[in-house]
Amino acid sequence: MTFEKDINIDATELRLGLPGTSEESERQASTTLRISNKRALPSVAAEKQCDQETAPPTKAQVVGWPPIRSYRKNNLQTKKTEVETSGMYVKVSMDGAPYLRKVDLKIYKGYPEVLKALEDMFKFKVGKYSKREGYNGSEFVPTYEDKDGDWMLVGDVPWEMFVNSCKRLRIMKGSEARGLGCVV
Amino acid sequence: MQKKVACSFPDEVLEHVFSFIQSDKDRNAVSMVCKSWYEIERWCRRKIFIGNCYAVSPRMVIRRFPKVRSIELKGKPHFADFNLVPDGWGGYVLPWIAEMAGAYPWLEEIRLKRMVVTDECLELIAKSFKNFKVLVLFSCEGFSTDGLAAIAASCMNLRELDLRDSDVDDLGGHWLSHFPETYTSLVSLNSSCLGSDEVSLSALERLVGRCTNLRTLRLNRAVPLDKIANILGRAPQLVDFGTGTYGADLQSDVFSSLAGAFSSCKELRSLSGFWDVVPAYLPAIYPVCSRLTSLNLSYVTIQSPDLVKLLRHCPSLQRLLVLDYIEDSGLEALSSSCKDLQELRVFPSDPFGEEPNVSLTEQGLVSVCLACPKLQSVLYFCRRMSNVALVTIAQNCPNLTRFRLCIIEPRTADFLTLEPLDVGFGAIVEHCKDLRRLSLSGLLTDRVFEYIGRYAKKLEMLSVAFAGESDLGLHHVLSGCESLRKLEIRDCPFGDKALLANASKLETMRSLWMSSCAVSFGACKLLGQKMPRLNVEVIDESGPPDSRPDSCPVDKLYIYRSVAGPRFDMPPFVWTMDEDSALQVHALHVAEYNRKPDWIGVGTYEESIQGLRAKMPFVLYLAELSNTSQCSSQPLLSGDTTLTPPRPLLRLPIETLESDDKTQRSKEGKYMIKMRYSMNPTICFEIRPISTRSFPGV
Repeated sequence: MTFEKDINIDATELRLGLPGTSEESERQASTTLRISNKRALPSVAAEKQCDQETAPPTKAQVVGWPPIRSYRKNNLQTKKTEVETSGMYVKVSMDGAPYLRKVDLKIYKGYPEVLKALEDMFKFKVGKYSKREGYNGSEFVPTYEDKDGDWMLVGDVPWEMFVNSCKRLRIMKGSEARGLGCVV
Repeated sequence: MQKKVACSFPDEVLEHVFSFIQSDKDRNAVSMVCKSWYEIERWCRRKIFIGNCYAVSPRMVIRRFPKVRSIELKGKPHFADFNLVPDGWGGYVLPWIAEMAGAYPWLEEIRLKRMVVTDECLELIAKSFKNFKVLVLFSCEGFSTDGLAAIAASCMNLRELDLRDSDVDDLGGHWLSHFPETYTSLVSLNSSCLGSDEVSLSALERLVGRCTNLRTLRLNRAVPLDKIANILGRAPQLVDFGTGTYGADLQSDVFSSLAGAFSSCKELRSLSGFWDVVPAYLPAIYPVCSRLTSLNLSYVTIQSPDLVKLLRHCPSLQRLLVLDYIEDSGLEALSSSCKDLQELRVFPSDPFGEEPNVSLTEQGLVSVCLACPKLQSVLYFCRRMSNVALVTIAQNCPNLTRFRLCIIEPRTADFLTLEPLDVGFGAIVEHCKDLRRLSLSGLLTDRVFEYIGRYAKKLEMLSVAFAGESDLGLHHVLSGCESLRKLEIRDCPFGDKALLANASKLETMRSLWMSSCAVSFGACKLLGQKMPRLNVEVIDESGPPDSRPDSCPVDKLYIYRSVAGPRFDMPPFVWTMDEDSALQVHALHVAEYNRKPDWIGVGTYEESIQGLRAKMPFVLYLAELSNTSQCSSQPLLSGDTTLTPPRPLLRLPIETLESDDKTQRSKEGKYMIKMRYSMNPTICFEIRPISTRSFPGV
């Protein structure tokens, strides 16, 4: 009953941790770092004392420990971020444009929205879509590469199927586009 | 007059006899018998292994062995794998390639580990070696798929291209299409480290289809599961296969063609890859499992029951890499299914997590050691350990040759007794008499090192972290481990005494790494001065070590034996302790050294001339000795080292140097030439007198 007063609980406390660190500071330091496995985060680094040589590293600061090679760490991390971020980014190229863009297909609800977004992004206009003739009235034709590696006209399949099978988009232009049934 | 029998054989006969002697040790022994054997042997040595690229210079190798066909080089210290060696430290292979391009036109094989390889190097290889066959880049960096395209396009006799674990700038899969349609010699391709999600599948399929000798094919993650059947169909003779992504929505037709493809691969013995596994697809490999000897599941994030189901199909397994999802129960099952197991590696799935996320403890390892009598090599990450477990392991696995244990939390004690793990590791070194490699972890005092020094007589490589109490620990190891070649230490309280007392031991080893220990700058200088055949390199990114007192500990220390003297390509944060002047080698850098070209180190004129002959253009800058943080931006002199002999820098008229009262230059005497090396090869020099009078603060 009165034992607590006599025994110094802290001194006999069994715990894992580097000597010289207290559990609270460890917990605090490690929770801020749980999000990222990188080296010292600015916030934690700022908490450290100025003469870094003498201060023992807190648990979170230990570089290169545990000894796991970066490609292994990256592979585990990639898995996690894929689960956390929902988003279906696909590359979009346009014939003649010097660099590619990326769009997140998941934020659109249907073809009109994504086509409008592409038009704004690349400053062009698609023609009018019809099932028989494809895109009519413009030299630009939106196409996509599906899971099988084939190039398809955007708009032919139901939206959901398109989102699930689209790997990248390409805005074709000019003579190449004509092969897909575009009438200029 | 006595006739010496050995010399009565014609050289050709001896050469023929020597051709049956392959191992380096034996070849070295042969060369020591007598002068004529030395001569004959050096002309017929075809294969060279250089464990530390800075231990010898390319010229020295070429001078002694003029007809080499195969070379293996290692660069950075092992701890570079864990980001302990700053970028720019060194390990550049370009000077080697440049020299060998001229000297070894018939070079066939280049194997590199932890070296910096640029696209320029790869292009030079492609251009220079007409019969090039094998390129292995193990944990290398600095190149892109453009360099690989050059190799693919030019090397008609290429057999092996292995990029394992390298950090490649993957610009997309088009490099594969640079293999000409007529090229069919490929035997081994490992591109599993390529990170782009683009890959040229048709080029890959065609390549696989026409290379009928293909035995090893390890794909990268970008290759989707539904393409595997097609690829395997074209290469049913494969022995070693690494999948790309092994996950997709389950479709029965994809599954059945996959299973069919695997079952037609009768020679398949090794599988790896398996990124993003969907468990439902795993049974597709069951047809080959009974013959599998090697399985790498270290990217497979599935739970223990599914892992066990798979492993039960693999009774011939000798080598297994797996994540700790396998848990103790899975390892128990493994130990009953796979009696031939020789190597086990268990990696942590959540190494930075606070709490264990899986039920993997020391018990898993113990159960494998109890049941698998052939176990030789262990790499095990876990969160707790006990002496009694280690003793059990030691007693039941006396044939262990490699034992690497990583208890994730530093300085973790025996969880049962709260004692240090000295006794447990002591049992390992005592019972495992053939132990060659050991990595320690957990709470350890100097006692464990006493055991290691006493028993570990065959130990060649020792890795130590967060262990020991005093210099006595290091002393036990350096004085006791007769076979020690590589020692790497981090965060241990080892200081000057043991190091200086065992200085001569260091010449018998390949290298010693010590970081975050207690070795003082003064001791480093002393060691550098006393031991001319050691390169003592201090790595300190916070500034020149001589701006602090000699008693200050250095951040990182890398000591290695070398017959080549101090190296030429050190970045500004590496200082060599030279016998010529203890405080030498202030690395002069221009602004941010990681954006501007790096400085190569300092040497005498002769050594610099050797560097000049690496056939690069150079520009000479003037250094202001009184102010070591700046150099003049006006180039003094430029030239081209492709001219031989190189421009004689010593005859540079003094009036073209800036005069400066604070510094002293003389026409006589040795000049120090510092080379600056950059990725677009321009070498910059500065001339500095070697006299210590000119160094401030001496």
